[in-house]
Amino acid sequence: MQVNSKELLKVENLHKKFGDLHVLKGVTEHITQGEVVSVIGPSGGGKSTFLRCLNLLETPDEGKIYFEGVDITDKSVNINIHRQKMGMVFQHFNVFPNMTVQKNITMAPVLLGKKSQKEADEMAAELLERVGLIDKLNEYPKRLSGGQKQRLAIVRALAMEPDVMLFDEPTSALDPEMVGEVLNVIKELVKTGMTTVIVTHEMGFAREVSDRVFFMDGGIIAEKGSPEEIFGNPQNPRTKEFLGKVLY
Amino acid sequence: MLANIEKVWNGYWNLFLTGLGYTLLLSFITVLAGCVIGFFLALMRMSKWEIGKVKPLSVVAGIFIEVVRGTPLLLQLYFFYFLLPDLLSFLDLSEFACITIALCLNSAAYVSEIIRAGIQAVDKGQTEAARCLGLDSRQAMIHVVMPQAVKNILPALCNEFVTMIKETSLASTFFVGELMTQYKSISGALYLTIEPLIIVGIIYFIVTFGLSKCVLALERRMNAGEQ
Repeated sequence: MQVNSKELLKVENLHKKFGDLHVLKGVTEHITQGEVVSVIGPSGGGKSTFLRCLNLLETPDEGKIYFEGVDITDKSVNINIHRQKMGMVFQHFNVFPNMTVQKNITMAPVLLGKKSQKEADEMAAELLERVGLIDKLNEYPKRLSGGQKQRLAIVRALAMEPDVMLFDEPTSALDPEMVGEVLNVIKELVKTGMTTVIVTHEMGFAREVSDRVFFMDGGIIAEKGSPEEIFGNPQNPRTKEFLGKVLY
Repeated sequence: MLANIEKVWNGYWNLFLTGLGYTLLLSFITVLAGCVIGFFLALMRMSKWEIGKVKPLSVVAGIFIEVVRGTPLLLQLYFFYFLLPDLLSFLDLSEFACITIALCLNSAAYVSEIIRAGIQAVDKGQTEAARCLGLDSRQAMIHVVMPQAVKNILPALCNEFVTMIKETSLASTFFVGELMTQYKSISGALYLTIEPLIIVGIIYFIVTFGLSKCVLALERRMNAGEQ
């Protein structure tokens, strides 16, 4: 694999086991700056685990992960510093219920010394304006709908000004009528050139926004390519079978 | 009998109230110390630090908690009552101090389980979200998990205090001066068993019932809050 200065994330021979379950069986891949990658595939294929390994939410059993040229699997590396540059959005939002919308956003940047409270407040207002939640500034998450919570979660991650955004099935826990509002926010984000890795079951969305699509099955990237290649002319029989089931 | 009760109360109300004072003091010290020790026990119990396949801190805390919860409090009181003066003879511990220490350690075991349950009841996703923003595990615990855990812990902790008020009556075995001890002295002096017992019972009941109601109100207020 050639060394590329624009290579933001590089994964080498990634293995992960949960007990006897071998979830990732050697994934080698790289993601370049500004790239939008969708990861699709059947449940249990290792998509989420792959994503969660990228910021070491799961510790790989084997293999290396380079982020901005640094091997973050090296035990001597302070992962907290690097995580500040990797935003993550979860299926179940995980917004902080005991904090207002504003505090959800400003807590981390202020606590970690990235911004003063005033700067963080200004940025929070700006970001909330962008995702249409400015009127919720002082509400608690309890009073938000699922779609609003997820938009808040996205904004919370953006407040750390990350270099890459990781989305772990961001719309899977949403009521159908709220999927659109969240996907629109992600679409806007992608337009700004944000490097994005998104695990999703929204095939239409993946096809529309991605530069590349990974099809993961059985713990490996079974097939990868442009959305046109993957959705238009899949080569791997498992990809064909999966897409046949998903795209009725 | 009613007349007797009144007579006993009129003659000895100051002793009963002194006893109540000791009971409350003992319970308060016990739960307070139990909180501090229990917090560290809970952290030990949850620690992931390993040597080989063994988590020494977790194992030590686990054994302590299980032994304390698996043996009668009265036995523990006897144990420390006899052990501590020998073990720490240079400190010249009073009986009251020995009993207090025993109660504190007992409470610590129960409180640590309350705290652990309270922390573990906070969704794992909260920690993950905090860690993903770049908080280290300590920051995530202090700023995200604990504020939410406190809401689970506080009512249970107050109930532990109410329980302790009743449990401290066992300390009367060693005449430490709390409410049940006063009962023993008064009933001994008057050759009356039932009447002072009724008075003591009423005092215990008023205090614990009142406090339980306060805990309920507190719980309701916290639930009415933002969460």
